[in-house]
Amino acid sequence: MPEMLSLSNDPILFVTVMLAKILAVFIVVILIVAYATYAERKIIGRMQTRLGPTMTGPLGLLQPIADGLKLFFKEDIIPAQASKFAFVLAPMMILVPAFITIAVVPFGGNVVVGGYTVPLQIADLNVGILYILAMAGLGVYGIVLAGWASNNKYSLLGGVRSAAQMISYELAAGLSIISVFMLSETLSLRGIVEAQAGGITDWYIFSQPLAFCLFVITSLAEVNRTPFDLPEAETELVSGFCTEYSSMKYALFFMAEYANMVVISAVTATLFLGGPAGPFPGAINLLLKIFFFMFVFIWIRATFPRVKYNQLMYMGWKIFLPLALLNIVITGAVVVF
Amino acid sequence: MLESYLPILVLIAIALLFALGSVTFSFIFGPKKYSAVKFAPYECGMPLFGTARERFSVKFYIVAMLFILFDIEAVFLYPWAVVFKRLGMFGFIEMGVFIVILLVGYAYVWKKGALEWE
Repeated sequence: MPEMLSLSNDPILFVTVMLAKILAVFIVVILIVAYATYAERKIIGRMQTRLGPTMTGPLGLLQPIADGLKLFFKEDIIPAQASKFAFVLAPMMILVPAFITIAVVPFGGNVVVGGYTVPLQIADLNVGILYILAMAGLGVYGIVLAGWASNNKYSLLGGVRSAAQMISYELAAGLSIISVFMLSETLSLRGIVEAQAGGITDWYIFSQPLAFCLFVITSLAEVNRTPFDLPEAETELVSGFCTEYSSMKYALFFMAEYANMVVISAVTATLFLGGPAGPFPGAINLLLKIFFFMFVFIWIRATFPRVKYNQLMYMGWKIFLPLALLNIVITGAVVVF
Repeated sequence: MLESYLPILVLIAIALLFALGSVTFSFIFGPKKYSAVKFAPYECGMPLFGTARERFSVKFYIVAMLFILFDIEAVFLYPWAVVFKRLGMFGFIEMGVFIVILLVGYAYVWKKGALEWE
């Protein structure tokens, strides 16, 4: 393998390659986000024996573009009583962490560009997992801020509930994946992918099935997806924290939710399913795994009713948290003895 | 150091520009018609009653405090998990003691009813 491309040996090429990787990933994520809304409406439609969108373009394929354009040209309402600065800031504070978390997910092995080795990953941090957890934690601020700044009781309650839910499940999600690092001995996502490189039996889903189930369920709760979408329980809280939002600001909340789904699909695929490993060229395997998880999340939405708030907190603190700790102890015992 | 974090800074800048750009765009091109009722807080069609600056259940504060405590414990577990295989038996027993102490606190919180939402 030739030398690793770095800022010191060829700065211009380094910056060019970096920008190319960032733009490619960013565009792919935006496309997945846009078409996830379409896929969700189509799939849930079919599951409820409806057709879903059919009118805009062939098979309704232009629907996400039409929705986006419509939201662009809607009136941007900032309620008179709202705290204006925080109200405008909140949707951005949710969207930015949702979009930048993907940076540490590797989407392939190494390629050679201009005589240097380039890893197919935006940033290979040695604390990759801590970065993901930190960004997931930042999302909570946006939601609380949106709820509080709207100066509306439904928004406030939705925001506070959502914050309590997210931090409870963040804890369980963070604890459930510790057993993976006990096996991989690294926090870098590239290192974790390499630790699973020995074929399908090395994937951590087989050595850590409990951690896998816990992580998928708690992540689902952390990104506020059905059946844990309490913050936007429209039957009691209108739309929760985004009740007062309209136009593109509302769209930003929506995009952040789908971007978060993409991120947890990608992270789950990396931690438990070998990341870009598989029969096709690297990035395609990862995309297929992401699509699989996205489909499952949509399927779950069509199948399960929403849980009650006391059930939600009960599960997070009294079932998932002890199970995650138990899993750590079992993994430790198996490794030591 | 800069090399690993520079791409993330660039990505933050791009994501921020995207967010700012789309909000500004819709602010410029969207219609603007003022009406006092439209800019009032949403209240399901009724006249507004009460205020949003009300007190809410103390349980949310308890959850926030518990989160900080348990999250710090979780953060301690991360470096331990990475070097776990090298520490072997010593690391296992040390962390066993740590988790037992954590569980005592957890059992106390449970017994006190801080995890109940009825």
